[in-house]
Amino acid sequence: MTTAVLPRENYLNTDYRLRSWLLTTDHKRICILYLLTITMFFAIGGAFATMIRLSLVNPAGTLVSDETYNKLFTMHGIIMVFFFLVPSIPATLGNFLIPMMIGAKDVAFPKLNLASWYIFVTGGCFTLWALISGGVDTGWTFYTPFSTLSSNTNVSLAAIGIFIAGFASILTGLNFMVTIHRMRAPGMTWFRMPLFLWSMYATSLIMVLGTPVLAITLLLVAAERVLHLGIFDPSRGGDPVLFQHLFWFYSHPAVYIMIVPGMGVTSELIAAFSRKRIFGYEFVAFASLAIAVLGFLVWGHHLFVAGLSIYSAMVFSLLSYLVAIPSAIKVFNWTATLYKGSVSYATPMLYAFGFIWMFTIGGLTGLFLAALGLDVHVHDTYFVIAHFHYIMVGGAIMGYLGGLHYWWPKMTGRLYPEGWAKLGALTIFLGFNLTFFPQFILGYMGMPRRYHVYPPEFQALNVLSSAGASVLGIGYLIPLVYLLWSLKYGPIAGDNPWGAKGLEWTTTSPPPTHNFAVTPIVTEPAYNYAGEQEESRVG
Amino acid sequence: MTSQAAVAPPRALQHHFDSLEQQRDVATLGMWIFLVTEALFFGGLFTAYLVYRSMYPHAFAVASEHTLIALGAANTAILITSSLTMALAVHAAQEGNQKSIIRFLVFTFLLGTAFLVLKGVEYTVDMRDHLLPGANFAIAGANPGHAEIFFSLYFIMTGLHAIHMIVGLSLLVVIMYMTSKGRFSKEYHAPVEVMGLYWHFVDIIWIFLFPLLYLIDRHK
Repeated sequence: MTTAVLPRENYLNTDYRLRSWLLTTDHKRICILYLLTITMFFAIGGAFATMIRLSLVNPAGTLVSDETYNKLFTMHGIIMVFFFLVPSIPATLGNFLIPMMIGAKDVAFPKLNLASWYIFVTGGCFTLWALISGGVDTGWTFYTPFSTLSSNTNVSLAAIGIFIAGFASILTGLNFMVTIHRMRAPGMTWFRMPLFLWSMYATSLIMVLGTPVLAITLLLVAAERVLHLGIFDPSRGGDPVLFQHLFWFYSHPAVYIMIVPGMGVTSELIAAFSRKRIFGYEFVAFASLAIAVLGFLVWGHHLFVAGLSIYSAMVFSLLSYLVAIPSAIKVFNWTATLYKGSVSYATPMLYAFGFIWMFTIGGLTGLFLAALGLDVHVHDTYFVIAHFHYIMVGGAIMGYLGGLHYWWPKMTGRLYPEGWAKLGALTIFLGFNLTFFPQFILGYMGMPRRYHVYPPEFQALNVLSSAGASVLGIGYLIPLVYLLWSLKYGPIAGDNPWGAKGLEWTTTSPPPTHNFAVTPIVTEPAYNYAGEQEESRVG
Repeated sequence: MTSQAAVAPPRALQHHFDSLEQQRDVATLGMWIFLVTEALFFGGLFTAYLVYRSMYPHAFAVASEHTLIALGAANTAILITSSLTMALAVHAAQEGNQKSIIRFLVFTFLLGTAFLVLKGVEYTVDMRDHLLPGANFAIAGANPGHAEIFFSLYFIMTGLHAIHMIVGLSLLVVIMYMTSKGRFSKEYHAPVEVMGLYWHFVDIIWIFLFPLLYLIDRHK
């Protein structure tokens, strides 16, 4: 047992001036910049959610006006999707870990990486401006012709904000892809990479291929409003359904931008806390790519009631079912990894279990929605809301928090308090399920989304859901408090507090600016927990 | 093989790379991926074009006849020539011939500017002929709403292409400056090559735009 001390020089203490942060090209500092920014957006999006749940306690919908309620759910969706979930794991953990995991000094384009953050902040400012100067009421999906002809709110401004932030996403994806292709340390072959990197590669692929289509689509919406064009105006021959096709061509894959990184984190956590190589490593790696590719072929399942021909609906339904295969491969392989593993229940592992549980529920209910008949019944109901919150909150945020806890000692050099962390994880898990499970039932009973006045028989379940939301809100505050506390008072972590495998644990915590004293040479596969004895045998 | 690279790291090498070769690989791959995103960016517009052209073939054919084919054809020739001069600039960079790089980049720059000037003239005539979508839009022989969609797409597609040309011209100035400062050599000239990739891509977009927008039903 050695007494751990913080390394004398690390990326956090090289320079304390504000300038050194705002002009940094260090991927680790850029991770911190993103971490602060998206935490702020999460708080704003969360405040809107709080208002929504408060309003829904009462079936008469008297807390806010109809117009305000429309703006609340719209801004909640826009902020959470485009300014929290899409950048969440990639821009923070991805930025921090990709160069470290492959043994590089930085990402391929460090200046571009910083530029991405500035672009993201600029887009965020536009959207916040749209919000402060009156808000948007179209729903986060901007469906035409409402968004182009009817809405009197700041649609153009919000669309331009998302357009700009989209380029941050594109450039981050580009940067990561080139980094993974060209910056790997000697011996770090593709199949020696930690699975987190495979998932980041798949995510980057979606960002690079999907986001430009969203960009041009939102540009068309803004142009149509400002210049009074008729591209999506049915009265002049335009086709509003074309908007839906173009929008979902990005926005369905975007769901996988949010969930695939969480899968990558889960793979790391399961391996580290069961002391085993992930069962069927290659299958899990390729499953990430398969989800990325299939994700581009299923957008039509959002249009089942929008007048899609029955044959294309059948094809889209079938293709949507196919996504279940790589998803199931991951879930089965994670559980198979636990078998005969030396499993410990540290906080990150609790989040990993939470991820698997909620992703499974969210994924299976996705199959309900891909079914042509059932989708007509539950389309635009709370069933859909519950489904995608199980994926995007239950899945993506559990992955994000699990990863944040696991790599927190590496990022800050200090450990968080384990007891409080376990309490936080448990509170979030219970609060989340209490919030969203009743919504499955509400949706199946027929409560539509985006309404704040509803029949009184739905009140009991809505109150249950709002009660859950307050538990969930407290759950999110607990980590916020103790993580900040740990920055000053947390025990010194040492280089590798978990005894985990992976290049990021071979350097100091926090790491020096260029990550490694000497470029590492990789000689073993990822998660080589069983390899120690074998290695000594081989000599 | 008598380079000084073995002694000290070359000046152009950035801190996080091991070699100039890696730096060049990274730049090239980065630009290729960027061009893929550009293809998808324009891809959304091409999709919209295809959908509406198949919905309103007659209006699109009539509207297309109102485009100025002479200017469009001249611009096509200008852009193809500029791709040639760009390719020659890259070749000069590979040969390490500084003067030729600058000369060909200047040619490319002039051709690109000529394209934009002609495009500006064309837009002016289009507006005079009431082809700009909006309150003043008027066209004979076709459903005005459908023809207006054609011209909305025409202005957005050629407009975004022109913005890409302006970005390209600015980048050309940067590359000329870097060349004049002696940043490139036979061993390292990745920025010139990457510039070339971008320029050719913007040309290719036009190669698709020209027939789709100007040449529908011109065979009569």
